[in-house]
Amino acid sequence: MYPIVRKEVLADQIVLMDIKAPMVAKKCLPGQFIIAKTDEIGERIPLTICDYDREAETVTIVVQTIGAGTKRMMDLNEGDELMDFVGPLGCASELCEEKNLEETKQKKILFVAGGLGIAPVYPQVKWLHEHGVDVDVIMGCRTKDLLFYIDEMKAVAKNVYVATDDGSYGFHGNGCAQLEALYAEGKTYDQCVAIGPMIMMKYTALLTKKLEIPTIVSMNPIMVDGTGMCGACRLMVGGEVKFACVDGPEFDGHLVDFDQAMARQAQYKTEEGRAKLAYEEGNTHHGGCGHCGGDE
Amino acid sequence: MDVLKRVPVREQDAQVRAKNFEEVCFGYNAEEAVAEASRCLNCKNAMCVKGCPVSIDIPAFIDHVKNNEFEEAYQTISESSALPAVCGRVCPQESQCEGKCIRGFKGDPVSIGKLERFVADWARENGIKPKKAEKMNGHKVAVIGSGPAGLTCAGDLAKLGYEVTIFEALHAAGGVLVYGIPEFRLPKDKVVAAEVENVKALGVKIETNVVIGKSITIDELIEDEGFEAVFIGSGAGLPKFMGIPGEQANGVFSANEYLTRNNLMKAFQEGYETPISRGKKVVVVGGGNVAMDAARTALRLGAETHIVYRRSEAELPARVEEVHHAKEEGVIFDLLQNPLEILVDENGWVKGIKIIKMELGEPDASGRRRPVEVPGSEYEIECDTVIMSLGTSPNPLISFTTEGLDINKWQCIVAEEETGATSKEGVYAGGDAVTGAATVILAMGAGKAAAAGIHEYLSNK
Repeated sequence: MYPIVRKEVLADQIVLMDIKAPMVAKKCLPGQFIIAKTDEIGERIPLTICDYDREAETVTIVVQTIGAGTKRMMDLNEGDELMDFVGPLGCASELCEEKNLEETKQKKILFVAGGLGIAPVYPQVKWLHEHGVDVDVIMGCRTKDLLFYIDEMKAVAKNVYVATDDGSYGFHGNGCAQLEALYAEGKTYDQCVAIGPMIMMKYTALLTKKLEIPTIVSMNPIMVDGTGMCGACRLMVGGEVKFACVDGPEFDGHLVDFDQAMARQAQYKTEEGRAKLAYEEGNTHHGGCGHCGGDE
Repeated sequence: MDVLKRVPVREQDAQVRAKNFEEVCFGYNAEEAVAEASRCLNCKNAMCVKGCPVSIDIPAFIDHVKNNEFEEAYQTISESSALPAVCGRVCPQESQCEGKCIRGFKGDPVSIGKLERFVADWARENGIKPKKAEKMNGHKVAVIGSGPAGLTCAGDLAKLGYEVTIFEALHAAGGVLVYGIPEFRLPKDKVVAAEVENVKALGVKIETNVVIGKSITIDELIEDEGFEAVFIGSGAGLPKFMGIPGEQANGVFSANEYLTRNNLMKAFQEGYETPISRGKKVVVVGGGNVAMDAARTALRLGAETHIVYRRSEAELPARVEEVHHAKEEGVIFDLLQNPLEILVDENGWVKGIKIIKMELGEPDASGRRRPVEVPGSEYEIECDTVIMSLGTSPNPLISFTTEGLDINKWQCIVAEEETGATSKEGVYAGGDAVTGAATVILAMGAGKAAAAGIHEYLSNK
């Protein structure tokens, strides 16, 4: 069992948890992910590692409600335990590997974090800061209520640019618009890392292609085992089948087939929505849709 | 009683079982087992033992059954096999022990598999455990993977007094016995969990949620954790796909994914959260045991289910019993047919599959007649789900993170067949990680050989 040693509500429907998991905490690196399972009936949920403390033997995860499984995990409290917690899985971010450090130091790097993507961007920026590389970060969100980690990010990044779609905080516009504005001011970058919802990564990659900035994205497709067995997380990268769990999760953003990846991610949308309703409201039929016949 | 005929085994009615996940075969009761055991000729030079990859003393255990000595029968089997309740259910006996039975020359061979199952089930129901080593020898061995190879290797080493720890990547122990083979062939709680408990009763520790190569490497196990030898039984790896258009569409699954959702994550059971696509019409591509398992699972989840296989029935790699059961339950076999393309609707979901008919030509390298396309015979099957069951290619996690471990051109770990020894001192391997996808019992045979190899190595060290 893996105890929850700290829980913090970051924003609406977004919760941070520190999980005591000595083996994972000892080994994990920025860019990797874990799989957590709440209890016997729970799903295996892949979550990107957001921070870790090797001494306290904890790993930080950030969970956002998507379906019943994530909702039930979020409802746990400090002192509760997760039944399963396995990792670190996937490959570490190439930028955060000691062997690439000299090369990395030569680059002007920009991170674009969208929504929940702020969480996995943070450990990379922090690792780079601790290794003498200062980077810029764009934090993009729909609205200010969904923002988190601003101060933490400012403490480890050179410049932090916050952008909200509705203009409720910082720059009025999305991350892409903020990046275009920076370029208009004459800023340039040699490397971009974009992490967030697939649609955000898609448009960021399209823009950086135009701006000729090599771009890494972190893919978060549906997974089951996460260890290279089931093949659920397959995606097309440069015309080849890749498995996000063992080949990724980071890929060249200019080669990923995002449209297909987004279609695949929606595969269980109906089931997830139904399960969440059943968990929150006790049933899934409210009558009136006129299609399912469930209220008859 | 006709001694040429085996005692028939009771099964769930095909129409009923096609709609549930209860076990298909009920197995023998004591009376039936004794009657069947009495058909054994107790051959001096027993051919059946030579056909068994783990060399169970078959005539001896059957003789005990004949005499109503079920506990003795169990201890006899346990000397050679760690998983008799599993093997009695999923071994291809017809091509192993039973295939060599002298009774088979003129009549039915003795139902060795069903007798083994009876003995193992009886022992479990009566709380009989395998015998533990009298004293430990103080040597530590790590086993990677808790599937059939790992459990067998661990069990054998524990009986010799080794302190064995199994590291399992998933959250439950059992490997393919848990995620791959469905409940209706191999009950998880009743049979698999009980066999795992028996291995633990021998003193073996099992640590789940540890991915070797990620959580910790083999070199660290040896250098930092004090393990003197390591056995790799990490199993098969990533699923293969055909490389045809439409394969990335929604509704296309590997058999591994489909079965893992259903078996490991229990998607078929009310209350479990992991979703599974309950198709209306499912096409399974492939002809092996895994394809049969996927097809029979889809059928039970309520779909009209087709198997599409490019050769004819005679070449189906699946066990005859599995094919027979699948047919009885209503799986439709579209043989000598091969998919050309998966048809996708405007939302990215499967809407059908384009198939071409095949005929058998000259034998190929495998000795089987090569299927060739019949020109102009293309047609389409409407379906909403396609399950690809084409085998797997090895998982890179261990071979890529272990210094000095040789792999072959298919990326399988290279290991000596007799001892399981790899190119790295103290590291042994067996099962699908070495051979590519094969059977439970062959993996067990390899686990057993490696246990002997490790014992020899550590005894002389």
